Amino acid sequence: MQLFYHVGRYFMLTATVLQRPEKFSIYRRQIIVEMDHLGLNSLGIVAIVSVFMGAVVTIQTAFNTDHPLLPAYAIGFATRQAIILEFSPTVISLILAGKVGSRIASEIGTMRVTEQIDALEIMGVNAASYLILPKIIACLVINPMLVVISMFLGIYGGWLASAITGVVPLNNFVYGIIFEFSGFDIFYAIIKTLVFAFIIASVSGYYGFYTKGGALEVGHSSTRAVVLSSINIILFNLILTQILLA
Amino acid sequence: MIRIANINKNFGERQVLEDISLRFEQGKTNLIIGKSGSGKTVLMKCLVGLLEADSGHIFYDSRDFLRMNTRARKTLRKEMGMLFQGGALFDSMTVTENVVFPLNMFTNKSKGEKIRRAGFCLDRVNLHNVGHLYPSELSGGMKKRVAIARAIAIGPKYLFCDEPNSGLDPPTAILIDKLISEITRELDITTVVNTHDLNSVMEIGDHVAFIHQGKLWWTGSNREILHTSNKELNSFVYATELMRCLRQ
Repeated sequence: MQLFYHVGRYFMLTATVLQRPEKFSIYRRQIIVEMDHLGLNSLGIVAIVSVFMGAVVTIQTAFNTDHPLLPAYAIGFATRQAIILEFSPTVISLILAGKVGSRIASEIGTMRVTEQIDALEIMGVNAASYLILPKIIACLVINPMLVVISMFLGIYGGWLASAITGVVPLNNFVYGIIFEFSGFDIFYAIIKTLVFAFIIASVSGYYGFYTKGGALEVGHSSTRAVVLSSINIILFNLILTQILLA
Repeated sequence: MIRIANINKNFGERQVLEDISLRFEQGKTNLIIGKSGSGKTVLMKCLVGLLEADSGHIFYDSRDFLRMNTRARKTLRKEMGMLFQGGALFDSMTVTENVVFPLNMFTNKSKGEKIRRAGFCLDRVNLHNVGHLYPSELSGGMKKRVAIARAIAIGPKYLFCDEPNSGLDPPTAILIDKLISEITRELDITTVVNTHDLNSVMEIGDHVAFIHQGKLWWTGSNREILHTSNKELNSFVYATELMRCLRQ
């Protein structure tokens, strides 16, 4: 019953969030601020994770596909496919769910327990929309950019690992990277990222918005937001993979 | 003027407001007093729509708040200002940004006009040269004054104050009380103040309503409160040694 209660309330909140804003200029300014807070501040961690992820995928693939019948460029090919199709959109989204999701839930939760949201509502402001919509739009704009950067850096990490360890000749690795490249893979990754971005911002916003109590409950909301966002990302990853690649 | 009629509110099985009918006059400071847990905060939250009353009517002049749709309520709320117990200032904004916020949201004034209006409101609450500070850099009394400035920035018709002087030293508390009273008269607005502070009652209580166990027990002025025969009100008013000494 609790699940239905939360799902129903989540959709009701989402409907309120997506209502027409009171003043577009205020929201526009908020979106830019949120893009800075939620997106650009995550660039560092995305870069580090992506480079190392690409390097590890390359080394793992090289050691596990050591067979005379498999061409050496298959390592580069497998690295590219793994990074573009799964690691960048899904793993980076999971990391952003932790970093951005907890920030959104704790920020909105703190505003709730300190009556700032009540103050907005008394003024006649659609508090849900004012607080959550700019975050959703910021995530929808910034997360795909972060994921595309992650793809480049992941492949660069693989190239770097090849160059340093010599697990695969560099010319073979580069050939594998460009071998039978399909633009649809990027499209597929972007679609997944957009869905995950919406999940991260809206689920975290939901938990923050309905926080009750004090500082301890803000912490609980933040944790729940990260856990539920991550579970939903994994669930929708499966659904979208089936829909888009079947 | 605000008139409430037969307001009831339950939380599950527990009835927290029982058949309350009251009238808050325009241009006067109307106080709701009572012990902690008596239901006065719930009543105020019902008045402003943060909680939904189960039954009854709340008339803002002739407009029934409880029978309004969401759009009409939003419009009416632009005529309300509220001072929260903790101030509820937006902590990521400076003092000026806090005061300008409702003007940004609901007016098409130029930036200069909005800044001038914010400056006027801050001057009115005797705050000078603090516009660049953040709420975390202000004292409790200053936060309350900024909250008042924000509440009056857009020119409300109704002002609600929830425990406006809680946590303040007596001189600052009196300053806040006087400010609320002066603004009420100057702007000719309907002000409702929620308090359990008897100093506030004596300073600014034009009209006082005593709530006890979710029911309205007594109404009158701050002068009448000292001579009432109402037993529950007497035990509230004369709860402190100081008040008992004054009575003798």
